[in-house]
Amino acid sequence: MKDFIIPDRDFGTPAAKSKQMVTLTIDGFDVTVPEGTSIMRAAAEIGISVPKLCATDSVDAFGSCRLCLVEIEGRAGTPASCTTPVAPGLKVHTQTGKLKQLRRGVMELYISDHPLDCLTCAANGDCELQDMAGAVGLRDVRYEAIDTHFRAKNTSGEANPQWLPKDDSNPYFTYDPSKCIVCSRCVRACEEVQGTFALTIQGRGWDSRVSAGTKADSFLTSDCVSCGACVQACPTATLQEKSVIDIGTPDRSVITTCAYCGVGCSFKAEMRGDELVRMVPYKHGKANRGHSCVKGRFAYGYATHRDRILNPMIRDTIHEPWREVSWTEALTFAANRLRGIQEQYGRQSIGVITSSRCTNEETYLVQKLARAVFRNNNTDTCARVCHSPTGYGLGQAFGTSAGTQDFDSVEETDVVIVIGANPTDGHPVFASRLKKRLRKGAQLIVVDPRRTDMVKSAHIKAAHHLALKPGTNVAVVTALAHVIVTEGLCDEAFIRERCEWDEFQDYAEFVSDPRHSPEATEMLTGVPAEEMRKAARLFATGGNGSIYYGLGVTEHSQGSTTVMAIANLAMLTGNIGRPGVGVNPLRGQNNVQGSCDMGSFPHELPGYRHVSRDDVREVFQQIWGVEIDNEPGLRIPNMLDAAVEGTFKGLYCQGEDILQSDPDTKHVSAGLAAMDCVIVHDLFLNETANYAHVFLPGSTFLEKDGTFTNAERRINRVRKVMAPKNGYADWEITQMLANAMGAGWAYTHPSQIMDEIALTTPSFAGVTYEKLETMGSVQWPCNEGAPEGTPLMHVNGFVRGKGKFIRTEYVATDEKTGPRFPLLLTTGRILSQYNVGAQTRRTANVVWHDEDVLEIHPHDAEVRGVNEGQWVRLASRSGDTTLRAKITDRVSPGVVYTTFHHPDTQANVITTDYSDWATNCPEYKVTAVQVSPSNGPSEWQEEYNQMAGLSRRILPAAE
Amino acid sequence: MSHDKLVYMANQIATFFESKPHDEGVEGVAGHINAFWEPRMRRHLFEVLDAGGESLKPLVREAAAMIRRPVAA
Repeated sequence: MKDFIIPDRDFGTPAAKSKQMVTLTIDGFDVTVPEGTSIMRAAAEIGISVPKLCATDSVDAFGSCRLCLVEIEGRAGTPASCTTPVAPGLKVHTQTGKLKQLRRGVMELYISDHPLDCLTCAANGDCELQDMAGAVGLRDVRYEAIDTHFRAKNTSGEANPQWLPKDDSNPYFTYDPSKCIVCSRCVRACEEVQGTFALTIQGRGWDSRVSAGTKADSFLTSDCVSCGACVQACPTATLQEKSVIDIGTPDRSVITTCAYCGVGCSFKAEMRGDELVRMVPYKHGKANRGHSCVKGRFAYGYATHRDRILNPMIRDTIHEPWREVSWTEALTFAANRLRGIQEQYGRQSIGVITSSRCTNEETYLVQKLARAVFRNNNTDTCARVCHSPTGYGLGQAFGTSAGTQDFDSVEETDVVIVIGANPTDGHPVFASRLKKRLRKGAQLIVVDPRRTDMVKSAHIKAAHHLALKPGTNVAVVTALAHVIVTEGLCDEAFIRERCEWDEFQDYAEFVSDPRHSPEATEMLTGVPAEEMRKAARLFATGGNGSIYYGLGVTEHSQGSTTVMAIANLAMLTGNIGRPGVGVNPLRGQNNVQGSCDMGSFPHELPGYRHVSRDDVREVFQQIWGVEIDNEPGLRIPNMLDAAVEGTFKGLYCQGEDILQSDPDTKHVSAGLAAMDCVIVHDLFLNETANYAHVFLPGSTFLEKDGTFTNAERRINRVRKVMAPKNGYADWEITQMLANAMGAGWAYTHPSQIMDEIALTTPSFAGVTYEKLETMGSVQWPCNEGAPEGTPLMHVNGFVRGKGKFIRTEYVATDEKTGPRFPLLLTTGRILSQYNVGAQTRRTANVVWHDEDVLEIHPHDAEVRGVNEGQWVRLASRSGDTTLRAKITDRVSPGVVYTTFHHPDTQANVITTDYSDWATNCPEYKVTAVQVSPSNGPSEWQEEYNQMAGLSRRILPAAE
Repeated sequence: MSHDKLVYMANQIATFFESKPHDEGVEGVAGHINAFWEPRMRRHLFEVLDAGGESLKPLVREAAAMIRRPVAA
């Protein structure tokens, strides 16, 4: 364990961005800072901390506490240093007799209305009010408080109407109004940092109180999204993590990376001993800039949940209960079975699934296990079912499979297209950064069948919401391109310089055809032609245009085609290669980018290089000492098909629950049931484990070293803050399995695995743990040409040379509505839950979402006799399930929507086996369904629950 | 692996490449299948092709000559 003492000083006000520098004198010392900097911050730059309470550098200065007063020679009075900007030649004094007296007086007033229970207060030792009382030398409070906010009863024993009880409705933090100094830092954090506007100051003067929502609301019933920004900003114990109340203050902190979504926020894991006290967003984290969401900030309790399995287990058949065994026995059992299968059914009869939740180093080892030990290319990863079309589409157009920008780029964008993504729920910290930019004037175009919170919420409103019919992405994006080309809005200079001109001309001819016009496609897409034209014009002419997209783009029969259409749109408008523009896939899981980079796909070795390339195989053959198969391996859906056929018999599945997350559950279970050896390596007995023969207990991100790569290609360190409760980090377990099969690997630290990645993979050539220690993080490509990494890609030319325009003909999916299944089901996520919910369902996040519900439009509900909250049967040609209905006009008539976070719902019983033409990425986003009232769980749900119960039996350990 | 499913997948690929100039389309289909289809999948595809391949789009049938025939297992 390593103790990182990282300076994390509060400079009081945000940094100014001006290039113009200003020099002034503070307490006799010269200081030079950017124009627009506050005097408070300028002083902090030279180590002088002006006392303050209402200022913190995550929000704009407010000037209400009157503690940070200074004197300026030649100016009257004592201005607040937080709201006074620097000017050339100012002579500032921060500590004079007058200031000392004023500050002491201010503090005296604050303390006269504050309980003096410091010793038993949860913020003891971590309280700015306490610190400031010390800083100003407060020794005496002369005022006798008659009316207070902190005494429940007044001196004659009557209830004090000014006293408000503690609000502990939020599962993770409390609001204690009796300790509030009304500095409004929480309110401003909610507005400026998070952008939810859930908090306000109610009343005025003495009656001013922080209020979540209206007077009738608690924190839980208000709009609060529990991001923790207010708790972070609070200088006292008013907003306090419950974990700190329970445990006490932490004594050290370790910088690490969140293991939830692809934003990849940096956190300080604040520890006492080996107990995690709290996770606090790290101010210098380049993806999140000090912000967080409810998942990363609070939802880590799964790491110590009682459901976690800590011992290896095996069983001969899936109908038997599990037997806890030693690691040696489990690994020998697994190795013998896998080798046995290969002897009987051939080298190609087993494979692996790598995890997008595990580290780069772990993923690299799992694919290496397939390639160097199994000696085949049967490796795939859950990116297959989310962003594989991104890999293919962007690879074709630009020559590399990754987002083009860093997240900071959003601060310089002018027009944003958000397509098939719901960032306020799926990528909340990015959404906050985007909303901040929108409030400063950037314009937004949302392409989504649902009216998401991006379309309209507090202080933001999309200029255009193209509420398309699910499955018509290609038609919509191609129609946008049609308008841009036919109305002469292309950036011809960019295209001539940066793209293949012949291909552009071919594309322009294709896209100009009237059949792609908004008018011709309106009937198909459901998007009014005029709205489409306006959106296209805005994007082409509105300044820096950026495109952010999610799984609503990729998870379609034409997922890869839409990705190409998006790339076309960016190239047409010259929006590639500088800050504020670009094509940005929002990645689902924490390490989807990394798992793809690490060669998890069956057709390519690390660094996106095809297995058929002799030169690339040679690099790995030299180091691994084995011959590598030159044929592509099986993708996840193909593995399952081959299993049903009887030619694929063994699977090592790390940190991925294919039974719950993959489409067409019945087909997945049939495939798994047909295998002779399924090894599940996970924290919990997940749904896939119902079909497993070997269970290898996994470790959490808190228990191991490694790296995650986020959606902006940023390689961030994951640091071990406690010993693995299961005994080993996941990379060690993969190594033990490999060695049980005779591999002879001898890694002793993940840094050695990274060294091997750097040695073999050009885009990682410059990455070392030492560099990550010094720089904090680095964005690939990081090599000789870019030793400090690459925040923006394709700056002077595309990776493939010239950008490639590709014809994108719309083809309707074969998943069509009809009399039996007249509605279209689309699926998505909710803020409080993550993916299949294995982690978040095992935290208090269930207070926000304890079951999946079906969103249905009032018209569709009415004709079916469906009422709010009622059980409904949701059926497709694949299967049926039941869940409760939520009636809302967020979905259009004809469209229904649900999430897939709960195994009881089994939303994927409904989804079909249709998939993207290029990558087999399943078409989760379009399923023809029917909805009807129901009495309760379907037959499948009951049978499945019974089977799952039987399958999860564990025999008591032998004495 | 069901032949129907592989035929469906091959035809989906062909549909995309139909928007390309003809020769490029044929190369595209073959290239895509060579790059992404595991030998077992190609073997089944050839079973369909060798039996006449009527269910396959013309572009797939034309591409057949360029698709690598897997060596016997």
